[in-house]
Amino acid sequence: MAEQSNAQFTSNAQFTTLTSRMIPLPVENIDTDQIIPARFLKVTDKKGLGEKLFFDWRYLPDGTDNPDFVLNRPETAGAQVLVAGNNFGCGSSREHAPWALRDFGLRAVISTEFADIFQSNALKNGLLPIVLTSEEHQQVLALSADPSAEINIDLEAQKVTLPDQTSMSFPVDGFAKHCLLGGIDQLGYLLSFEQDITRYEQQPRVS
Amino acid sequence: MSTPKTLFEKVWESHVVVQEPDRPAILYIDLHLIHEVTSPQAFAGLKARGLPVRRPERTLATMDHSTPTLPKHLAVVDDAAKSQLAKLSENCKEAGITLYPLGHAENGIVHVIGPELGHTQPGRTIVCGDSHTSTHGAFGALAFGIGTSEVEHVLATQCLLQRKPKTFAVHVDGALRPGVTAKDIILGLIAKIGTGGATGHVLEYRGSAIEALDMEGRMTVCNMSIEAGARAGMIAPDQTTFDYLRGRPHAPQGADWDSAVEYWRSLGTDDGATYDREIELDAASLEPMITYGTNPGMGVPVSQPLPSPSAIADSSERATLEKALGYMGLEPGKPLLGKSIDVVFIGSCTNSRISDLRAAANVFRGRKVASSVRTLVVPGSHRIKQQAEAEGLDQVFREAGAEWREPGCSMCIAMNGDQLSPGQYAVSTSNRNFEGRQGKGGRTFLASPLSAAAAAVTGQVTDVRTLLEA
Repeated sequence: MAEQSNAQFTSNAQFTTLTSRMIPLPVENIDTDQIIPARFLKVTDKKGLGEKLFFDWRYLPDGTDNPDFVLNRPETAGAQVLVAGNNFGCGSSREHAPWALRDFGLRAVISTEFADIFQSNALKNGLLPIVLTSEEHQQVLALSADPSAEINIDLEAQKVTLPDQTSMSFPVDGFAKHCLLGGIDQLGYLLSFEQDITRYEQQPRVS
Repeated sequence: MSTPKTLFEKVWESHVVVQEPDRPAILYIDLHLIHEVTSPQAFAGLKARGLPVRRPERTLATMDHSTPTLPKHLAVVDDAAKSQLAKLSENCKEAGITLYPLGHAENGIVHVIGPELGHTQPGRTIVCGDSHTSTHGAFGALAFGIGTSEVEHVLATQCLLQRKPKTFAVHVDGALRPGVTAKDIILGLIAKIGTGGATGHVLEYRGSAIEALDMEGRMTVCNMSIEAGARAGMIAPDQTTFDYLRGRPHAPQGADWDSAVEYWRSLGTDDGATYDREIELDAASLEPMITYGTNPGMGVPVSQPLPSPSAIADSSERATLEKALGYMGLEPGKPLLGKSIDVVFIGSCTNSRISDLRAAANVFRGRKVASSVRTLVVPGSHRIKQQAEAEGLDQVFREAGAEWREPGCSMCIAMNGDQLSPGQYAVSTSNRNFEGRQGKGGRTFLASPLSAAAAAVTGQVTDVRTLLEA
């Protein structure tokens, strides 16, 4: 297998199962400028962005914590699943958004829809975007109001299970799933096609 | 007879290197544009693996996002920006990538310089770590934004792993009325289908109103495809496209030009080809558009009242509108017309090209910027700046009391020193009205360059048609 020959490049992007409490953030169309404002993109590293996550919602103008923002409530500390509103991650292509979410400690985001580029970026960083139907999403959102409620996420089975054992299935791209389960790095996979790429480049083409 | 194909399908299929069953396609990338903000971690990744840049000659770099736009490019905003710019220079030098650094004659916003230098061509696949890469689709290229991991993939392999998106035709027929522009077409479309309305799809803009647009108008339309959630936006290349490209520095020359045009002419969607979705927009009934909320889908014709949360049945949609109006400090049910504003920004990869500046100058000529308003006019590139100065547009802006700045992303992204103060209202020709996008606490109304210039001279949200008639 191509990916095994590149096993030394496996990333920290593995995801198998997770049992966690949840953080409710029922705002629709949360764009990547909210997840991490542009002024924090002047970095050359991926690390340490968690402290900038949701910065303008999380901190007051004087720099102190906004006590009304959900991430600042003590009972959400350590929760690894964000339950957000519809169309999460729209706007800018900045991969700093999933880097910040991961650096903060989050491993999954639940919504009814994700913006394409955010979804692609998240899947490359071990952050699982989980799409549920509106009804299921409402049910999970209601449950997430209880800061002690835990859900279980099983990627192999593509299932979210609630404390009452209600289970909901979610779609995930087959290749992304394969990479997440094995912690397989997508660049390693791509590099294994080097001969095909060279052959393509040698064809006569206008572009 | 072969199956009729869409423009998108033709470009996609000609770039598939490998398609294994149930796997994403391996898609070849003809042109990779890079800038200072989304590339450093990608180069670091390559270095960690000991990999070279596979095709430096298919990669082009500029500095635009964090660069200052003050005259003479005085003082980069801070040390972090400075070290990011230095890192790009170092990475490009090591890899042998052409870089147009700060102050260079070919420097400018990445989505402005690609087309103006002739790198952007029909039928190409073009990517950049920037969501407004959709701009280049105006030429019939398949162009889309990518994350930094994917920037690394392209640097290393000149390829991307991609699932084939769906297709979505946007038919825009009829003639635009005076005062209504390409920007109003795209704001009108996004208001209709919503900020996630085209997620998973590549838009193809077609119809008589699109054919009638010049290349710069087409770029404005394609630029904001991402604001409807689309993967890309495309327009079939035609004589307008060829006339724009002919003679550009990196366009094909001589016999190569003729064979390129022959190929480009074959790219348009075949009769009988079908799309996954289609929508129609009547150009003749469009009015100048303006956004009132905190995503680009929250827009209305400038004379129309803002929606009322009380009229919305769905509770989460209602909460979204209430939150947006609350942030914007606006009352539902009333038009924005007459709303006082503090700043006007004319620029960005959406509207910083010469035709945008000419349109704005036509409004400014013989008028003054209202005393309460700060107006920034920021050309998209040094070439555009030079052209505008040759035409005397800079004098028009200066005499009106607007600031004529150096090229860059400027107040569209507010990471370079140009930004709103908390609470300020701006009419902006850029592409995003997200909370804080133009500066923490700033409040943005998106509109066309004509509408922005009208707001600058009246000090309030204005229907530009009242000035054009005067």
